[in-house]
Amino acid sequence: MMQFLINLNGKTLENFTPVSALLGGALIGLSVSLLLLLNGRMAGISGIMNGLLSAPKKEEIWRGLFLLGLVVGAVIFQLLTDDSLVLRKGYPILLIIMGGFLVGVGTRMGSGCTSGHGICGIANFSIRSIAATITFMLSGMVTVFILKHILGVAS
Amino acid sequence: MKNNLVALLSGVIFGLGLALSQMIDPNKVLNFLDVTGNWDPSLAFVMMGALAVTMLSFRFILKRPAPLFESVFHMSKQTVITRPLLIGAGLFGIGWGMSGYCPGPAVASLGLLSVEGLVMVAAIYAGFFSHRWFAGK
Repeated sequence: MMQFLINLNGKTLENFTPVSALLGGALIGLSVSLLLLLNGRMAGISGIMNGLLSAPKKEEIWRGLFLLGLVVGAVIFQLLTDDSLVLRKGYPILLIIMGGFLVGVGTRMGSGCTSGHGICGIANFSIRSIAATITFMLSGMVTVFILKHILGVAS
Repeated sequence: MKNNLVALLSGVIFGLGLALSQMIDPNKVLNFLDVTGNWDPSLAFVMMGALAVTMLSFRFILKRPAPLFESVFHMSKQTVITRPLLIGAGLFGIGWGMSGYCPGPAVASLGLLSVEGLVMVAAIYAGFFSHRWFAGK
């Protein structure tokens, strides 16, 4: 895939992939725009996931289909490209279980995740979404710093 | 019917975007969050790419009285930054940093038959249900 070596302040950004990142981001923006223009829905994925098991029956279908679409999109990409995405191996499963639980609780308490706040909310100039996005970016960075550089796990 | 097709198509495009941008790879996400290590700013470029489209399109879409296949726009009406918002976002960030997955990539990674992704999705739902239980809903 498109790989770039960029030197920034003497630091090499080895795995930086700006072109595929921008293009992939634009596809996500297109998806979010379509769902809003046609169905009047914000593509906040934690909200869609949560609603799958709590919204009225009639609403569950579109939510299920959107989530199925995410899976299908990943499969199509795998089939279209030669360099397939490699799965991570040996990552501590306890971090996944605890992390997933916190993602679940946190996105309900905070009413959204990376897509709902970071893309939909910011595009809607929501002050709440801007505050939430800054908060989860910072807490994510602090968490990785502690886990990787202080505790030395998950590196 | 039309709404359901739109939802599926929108999901597929979103999933393609996550895969193309490699956000489906949890290590790539962790490398973005690892600002003091081997930093990979790609995730910021994904957000910029998405926001370049949505910042523009939302202006036109939300000028309309209603969406095309639905009677109203379903938008959050909350405008105040509250304590739960910030605590929730903080907890979400911690979980994101521990695992490398936010909800979208966790679901999409099921398409790669990722066992991690499956555990992640199950744990996210456990979190949803716990929150519902605590909030008494």
